[in-house]
Amino acid sequence: MTKVSFQLTVNGRVREASVPPRMLLSDFIRHELAMPGTHVGCEHGVCGSCNVMLDGKAVRSCLMFAIQAEGSEITTVEGLATGDDLHPIQQAFWEEHGLQCGFCTPGMLATAQELLAENSDPTDDEIREAISGNLCRCTGYEFVISAIRSASVKLRAAQAETTLQPV
Amino acid sequence: MKPSAFRYERPTDLQAALALLATGGDARILAGGQSLVPMMNYRLAQPACLIDINRVSDLDYIREDGDVIAIGALARHGAIKSSDLIKAHLPIVAEAYDWIAHAAVRNRGTLCGNLCHADAASEMPAIMQILEAELVLAKVGTTRTVAATEFFVGTYETAIAEDEMLTEVRIRKPAAGTGWGFEEVAMRRGDYAWCTVVATLEISDGNIVAPRIAIAGVNDCAARLGTVEGALTGKKPDASLFADVAATAAEAATPTENAAYKRDLIRALLPRVLNDAVERAG
Repeated sequence: MTKVSFQLTVNGRVREASVPPRMLLSDFIRHELAMPGTHVGCEHGVCGSCNVMLDGKAVRSCLMFAIQAEGSEITTVEGLATGDDLHPIQQAFWEEHGLQCGFCTPGMLATAQELLAENSDPTDDEIREAISGNLCRCTGYEFVISAIRSASVKLRAAQAETTLQPV
Repeated sequence: MKPSAFRYERPTDLQAALALLATGGDARILAGGQSLVPMMNYRLAQPACLIDINRVSDLDYIREDGDVIAIGALARHGAIKSSDLIKAHLPIVAEAYDWIAHAAVRNRGTLCGNLCHADAASEMPAIMQILEAELVLAKVGTTRTVAATEFFVGTYETAIAEDEMLTEVRIRKPAAGTGWGFEEVAMRRGDYAWCTVVATLEISDGNIVAPRIAIAGVNDCAARLGTVEGALTGKKPDASLFADVAATAAEAATPTENAAYKRDLIRALLPRVLNDAVERAG
């Protein structure tokens, strides 16, 4: 099968790809880049487990072909933490028990990241609306909502600290 | 679940895209891909060639063109939902998007792609029909304009020809004082509609003028309710009138499934939509 070659940036690192056009972005990330943090649930855009950040926007990686991401910047769950330090959203999920089996978590984190980037202090209703496209079969969502609420507090505190630093 | 193999083309201008489409060979336009790619993953669609228009940046616009709002083939749902132009002139479109898919899907999906997919349970085909949108269909060397009311033929069926592409949706700004209503019942927000009812109308001297009403999620495709519109024209808004026309509409519906329940939904939702539209008119 004819392959196409291109470059893209994943978690800050430029990657070379040579794949058939029909390869989904989700499969490319998991199988070609060997980054299994992006989970594949339904493969038709319903469950949200495969959400990743593409040029700053959350997208379903199972509904894109890898070739379409040529030249783009992708952030997967592997790109969130800094070394051993969890991202504040991850830390909040940890503290608030925002996950049980963890299958939906990478997608939830991408969705939460986009929500909190656009709305630093969402109401519970806005959080519910934002995660309505991510299915979780364990938690009943309440702990996920608590986690995102807690993450918004952490991120605002971190933002205030940065802003208040003497120049 | 893997799509079958296809030839991938990624033109950077519209003419090149149309030329590729003209060469035939079972080619499909790929815009947001939020309906086409799931169908390909299921192999319900197996196009031989995909023409990816995501780099045809000239098609990514929402703009004012005199008294018309023009929306290009690459305008994403998310951009339309948050557009100040849309909020100011077409509030029903901005508000309805709360019910259409989820943020991650709206980030990629396009209005034009959604209309071409023509899902019977999709909201925008109904809304475009009450807004009397015009759809610009281009092919090599020529374009034609089709009214939204003529575009939807059946489930997943439209008036578009194989060598044509929907390049722009043109919506005349509604007259000042036009009221609107939108109601939907679905399993959860963003899922397929079990029943959507939409309406716009004006009020003049206390009477209903130019009512436009459509339903989606019930029949084999979204459609205007001409009989109901006729029954409301020139009448004073009135609860028993609204209940009567809702009963007529429910009876006239041809639900593809769960007929009794869908008829109940029409009876419940249509009066609410009309009340909201009357309240917003002024």
